[in-house]
Formats: sequence, C-alpha cells, structure tokens
Amino acid sequence: MTTASGDVPAIEFKDVVKRFGDNVVLDGLNFSVPQGQRITLIGPSGSGKTTILRLLMTLEELSGGLILIDGDPYTHEYRGDKWVSIPEKRRRVVRNRVGMVFQQFNLFPNMSVLENIIESPVHVLGKSKDEAVADAERLLDKVGMTEKRDFNTNQLSGGQQQRVAIARALAMDPEILLLDEVTSALDPEIVADVLGVLKEIADTTDITMLLVTHEMQFAREVSDRVLMFDKGQIVEEADPETMFTNPRHERTQEFLKAVLG
Amino acid sequence: MSDDFQTLIDRLPGLADGVLVTLQMTLGGAVLAMLVAVVLGFGSRTQTLWVRGPSRVVVEFFRGTSLVVQLFWVFYVLPQFGFKMEALAVAILALGLNYGAYASEVVRGSIASVPQGQWEAATALNMTWFHKVRRVIFPQAWALMIPMLANLLIQLLKGSALAYYITLQDVNFWTVELRRATADTIFSYTAGLLVYFVIAYLLTWGMNLLEERAKRRLGRGTRPSLRETLGLKPKAMYAPKVPEARGAI
Repeated sequence: MTTASGDVPAIEFKDVVKRFGDNVVLDGLNFSVPQGQRITLIGPSGSGKTTILRLLMTLEELSGGLILIDGDPYTHEYRGDKWVSIPEKRRRVVRNRVGMVFQQFNLFPNMSVLENIIESPVHVLGKSKDEAVADAERLLDKVGMTEKRDFNTNQLSGGQQQRVAIARALAMDPEILLLDEVTSALDPEIVADVLGVLKEIADTTDITMLLVTHEMQFAREVSDRVLMFDKGQIVEEADPETMFTNPRHERTQEFLKAVLG
Repeated sequence: MSDDFQTLIDRLPGLADGVLVTLQMTLGGAVLAMLVAVVLGFGSRTQTLWVRGPSRVVVEFFRGTSLVVQLFWVFYVLPQFGFKMEALAVAILALGLNYGAYASEVVRGSIASVPQGQWEAATALNMTWFHKVRRVIFPQAWALMIPMLANLLIQLLKGSALAYYITLQDVNFWTVELRRATADTIFSYTAGLLVYFVIAYLLTWGMNLLEERAKRRLGRGTRPSLRETLGLKPKAMYAPKVPEARGAI
C-alpha cells in the first residue's frame, strides 16, 4: 500500500462513470485533489457534485472507472483488463481515511452527544474509551459544544447538531473530509456559526477538504480551488478569486449570476 | 355455584401448572419468534437473491398455513420421518415459526422506517454492517416495533391454547378439566377467559415498560407515571425534556 506523500494526490478520479438506471450522472470524469487542498464544487443541482462526494464515501457504487485515495484503489480496481469490485474488508482500510458531514446531520438519536462522537473511535479504530472521551471533549470544545456533552441529540438545535456532526467526523481523524451542503438545512442566522467552525478547522489542520456548498463567500474564503460542474463535467476550474470575479465560461457566468444575484 | 368455587380452589395447584405450561410456550415461542423475525426480517431486505428468496418463501409459508395444522404436522407427521420431539418443544417450535413469520414483517418494516441517513452516517464512520445494525439501526427500529410485537405476543399467548390438542396440559387443558369436574360450562370457560386475560394484561404491561424504556433511550420519553405504566395504552410520544429554543447557540 502506498503511503501518502507530496506527489500522490489525496483523491484521484479516473474516467469515473456513474449511472442511475438510464440517467448518466458522471460520464468519464477525471480530476484529482492534491494533499491538503480545499476544493469547492459548485454548479446547478443535478450536475453531479453530491454524487462525487457520495462515491467517495462509498454511499453509491461506481458504474465505471476508478477512484484512488492516496494512490490506493478504493472501491474498484483493474485486474488485468478486468474491472472488479474491491471487497468491503479492503474498502474499510481506505475508508478510514475519509470522513463526511451531511446536510441533514444524521446524528444517532439513540446516543448522547458524547456517545455519538466516541462510538467509532472506540469500536472501529479501537481506541480506549478514556482516550476517545478525552479526544471527544477536545473536539466538543473546538466546536463550542462542551456544555451539551451529555445531551440527547434531539435536544439540540440544527446548528448545534451540525457542530456535533463535525466533531464526530473529526474524531475519526480523517485525511479527507467531505462536506455535503452542510449549512443548507440551517436557519440563516446559524449558518455563520457553523461556517466559522469549519473555517477554524480549515485554518488549523491540513485535512484535504471537498465541499459542496451554496455559500459562495465561504467557498471564497476557504478554498484553494473551485470546480464548476455542469452535466457531470467540469466546465471551469480556477482559484476562487478568478472564479467568482472573472469567470470565463459562459455557463459559469450564468450560474454565478443566478446564485449571487 | 359455591360448589363450583370450591372445585376451583381445589384445582388451583393444577391452574398453577397450567399457567406455567402456557407461559413456557408463550415466552419460549416469543424468544424463538424474535430470532426468526430478525433473521427473516433482515433476510428479506438483502440485495442477495439467494438470501432474500428463501427468506420470503419461509415467511409466506408460515404465514400462509394454519397454526393448528402446523402443530399437528410437527407433532404427528414428523415422527413418521423419525423426528420425535416432546409436545412442549413442538408447541414452541410451531408458535415460534408461525409468529416469527408475522413478526419478521414487523422487523422488516421497522428497519425500513429508520432513515437512510442513519445507515449512511454509520458507513461514513466506517462501521461494519453488523456494528451499524447492532448499535445504530436496531435500537431505533426496536422502539418502533414494540407496539406491534406486543400485539403479536398476545396473539401468540392465545394461539398457545391450541397446544391442548397435542396433549399439553396448559390453561386451556385446566379449563376443560374444570368443566368436567363442575359440569358448569359457563363457570369454567369464564374462569378460563379470565385467566388468559390476566396473563395477557401482564404481558401488555411488560411490553409497555419496554416501549417506554426504548423511547427514553431515543430521548423521546420521560419516566412514565405509575398510572401510565399500568394503563393499557402507552402515550404515543412524550414532549422533549427541555423545550428547545431553536436558533439559540
């Protein structure tokens, strides 16, 4: 297995195809994300952004092509000319490096805030409970949720739930963090708080991040690169400054005009 | 009439034996049914055809055939193939398979009611399938399935009365014997009804306790008052412990 080095991209998509029935969402997509980069995916709904994140989290099965994490095959590989699925046992090794935060938070309602966070560090990573609790408390402090440690998740507001969900994902110590419209389900006045937490994480860690968001200002602040998607293809790729002030592609101009007003 | 009561009192030790047999069948059958329900309930959900196919067939077979015929078949037909079991084991087996088939639909439906996002979050935390089910999905589905399982448990209790026909000396047997001794049909069968009712009530009460506990674990219940616990109908849902000021951070 390859170890992460500067040259090997954190994420690499090679000719990735994803079909839902007859609907081709991604048709031979190629792109890569260098270690530690923050990439924002923008584009109209149905352009395949969320599908990319879901493929990276193995929530969807590839229809063709390869996804490499640190150069390692993840869900499929070629054996000779044959494209084969990698069994779950091997996928789990690679999946340990990837974490995700969801639009709908998806906290486990049968567990307290703390239990949500330590569940996988203890039972998947095999940390001792004391260690996991200490890590969780540090993360709760980071997201400003220390006082809610022993609360039930449904006693929390949406913004609070999302901050716990961020702490839960970070507790797995991921190399890659996928953020799927994490503020879309939140009340407007809470969005800034959650984005503030993410901004701090972006500033204080070297986690590779892939974001799908409609918060263009936030995308501008944290990302190194912005990819504009349309119909499953990258139509434009630029640093955020260029993308938001001087987009070249007509489709990007239309899209940004529509979302920025 | 006073003779009837005297006979009944004389036969109380027999009633104790009968209740014991009925409870053995009910609880043994319930445990087996739950095992069957979980295996078949998950089996019916899988993508793998060779698991799902047989699961569906077993469910439909045991739902679609009469419990009495199943009892007779296991008790009278199987021995002809060389499998002989004690009557109690036969009753537990038949009740467990029959009600397990019904309960598997309950399990399947409740598992399906747990939001897809819960499975996805568990995948994102790199849990194994078994870990997801045991720690995340089942505890949530459990709270949903208890009321329906409680119904089935009561039906199982009542269904166990059929075991009298394969020689088991349960509450039903005691009732019939009481009638024989008193020659009073109204009295004996009314006594039988009451005994079943009391057992059913206690089982319902126990299931309500389980339901409250499961809901509390999901943060949806408060400790119920004694009256609510003893009541036959649990409250659908309790208000959250802390009224949430949405937007307060």
